[in-house]
Amino acid sequence: MLQIQSVRAGYDRTTVLHGVTVEVPEDGVAAVLGHNGAGKSTLLRTVMGIVPASAGTVLLDGEDITRLAPHRRVARGVAYVPQGQQSFPHLTTAENLQLVADGRPDGREAVAEALDLFPVLRELSGRRAGLLSGGQRQQLAIARALITRPRLLLLDEPTEGIQPSVVAEIEETVLALTRRGGLSVLLVEQHVGFAMRAARRYYVLEAGRVTSSGDGGAEAEGTVRAALSV
Amino acid sequence: MTVVLNQSFTGISIGAVLLLIALGLTLTFGQMGVINMAHGEFIMAGAYTTYVLQQSVSGAGVSLLVALPLAFLVAGAMGALLEWLLIRRLYTRPLDTLLVTWGVSLMLQQLARDVFGAPNVQTTAPDLLTGHITVGGVTLAGNRLFILGLALLCVLALTLILRLTPLGRRIRAVVQNRDLAEVSGIATGRVDRTTFFIGSGLAGVAGVALTLVGPIGPTMGTNYIVDAFLVVVVGGIAQLKGSVITAFALGVLQSVLEYSTTVSVAKVVVLVAIVVFLQWRPQGLYTLRTRSLA
Repeated sequence: MLQIQSVRAGYDRTTVLHGVTVEVPEDGVAAVLGHNGAGKSTLLRTVMGIVPASAGTVLLDGEDITRLAPHRRVARGVAYVPQGQQSFPHLTTAENLQLVADGRPDGREAVAEALDLFPVLRELSGRRAGLLSGGQRQQLAIARALITRPRLLLLDEPTEGIQPSVVAEIEETVLALTRRGGLSVLLVEQHVGFAMRAARRYYVLEAGRVTSSGDGGAEAEGTVRAALSV
Repeated sequence: MTVVLNQSFTGISIGAVLLLIALGLTLTFGQMGVINMAHGEFIMAGAYTTYVLQQSVSGAGVSLLVALPLAFLVAGAMGALLEWLLIRRLYTRPLDTLLVTWGVSLMLQQLARDVFGAPNVQTTAPDLLTGHITVGGVTLAGNRLFILGLALLCVLALTLILRLTPLGRRIRAVVQNRDLAEVSGIATGRVDRTTFFIGSGLAGVAGVALTLVGPIGPTMGTNYIVDAFLVVVVGGIAQLKGSVITAFALGVLQSVLEYSTTVSVAKVVVLVAIVVFLQWRPQGLYTLRTRSLA
């Protein structure tokens, strides 16, 4: 459903991705694994359009979106949860969600659904996002992404730096979302165990190149760990 | 004492005009990091709009009331056009924006000279505003009361828009985290243009207010732009509270000092006070802490 074909991208004079090809299956999860600095986050930013691709193409259901502005990609059904539990710190939890729902005919239901998924946000609706804990802010970020009713969700290390009790909850929610159908996920993760449980396809990224790839599932975990430890 | 109070009231009305001008600057500077030197010419545009309207509409009161929304639209449209033509291409180069908008400012001044002539022109204030009322020995001039009310109304309207409307949410979101707003599906370019429209429009409203207290001329904007930037720097960027407090404080300080010394000495004292204040609080009175994706 998403095809990243020989994409090159980077910042200013440094190239981070040297021709990366990754495919996200329809209604499935593709996991991208690799060490720090391998280019995992840059790959998601390129798919989202914050980092421009200097070569290669990004196809969403066959449509070339390589040159599209980020907000137009959102309109085509791509949603992105960036690294670091980002939010609009001076907006309340409710405003953070309403902001994305504004102008959508199904906005009200979309917000309600997102709140059902993360009930804790309902209690925090009047609190400024900057005052939430990391785990709560990450739940807010995922909820915000889901309100746009994406076909493709880009998740950048959704459980990094979050207290263990919430990690399990977030992992479960992500797994549940992918099982529900209608949603494909491109997941960047450091936790090999969770990534491989979720993934139908995996890709190992090293220094901006895909060095190994294959079918996901818990049984492939050993292979991936071996590939990563090289 | 009465003298000080009288001067303070004059200062408050000067502060009200400064506030109208600074609101637009703090929005555009806070949201886009743009130092728009042509902002002063939007004041001029608003003032000349009032003048032209008074030439064609009889009745000073009616033309003033029509001039307010019309000046907002004229100046706002000029601002949005400037953003679309030039500024959006220079967002990553703040110093270039400063030079470019300064050039635009000079061109607009020359345009005004060509169209309306170099000498200043004047409008007549409606009768209702030429009088004054006296409260406890303090003389409150009608035109200055009107300006104060106008500024407070604009602050109130802007506050409500920012707090309660979808547009306000989008503006605040872009100020706080532009990249996150863009990847959340917000057309940040359109939000920028709207912000520019509102900010420039408010400068136009300030221009209407200024026709009540002084002459209209091609360089009238430049007299205010520096003070307005001082308000933004001292008040803190991208929020209204600081601008409101600072605008009134500067206005009162300036006009009280002017009375006890001279205009030049008052300016120097105010500038020194600002320099000292910024040593103590370089970020201004209030700030929004922001972070971006990168």
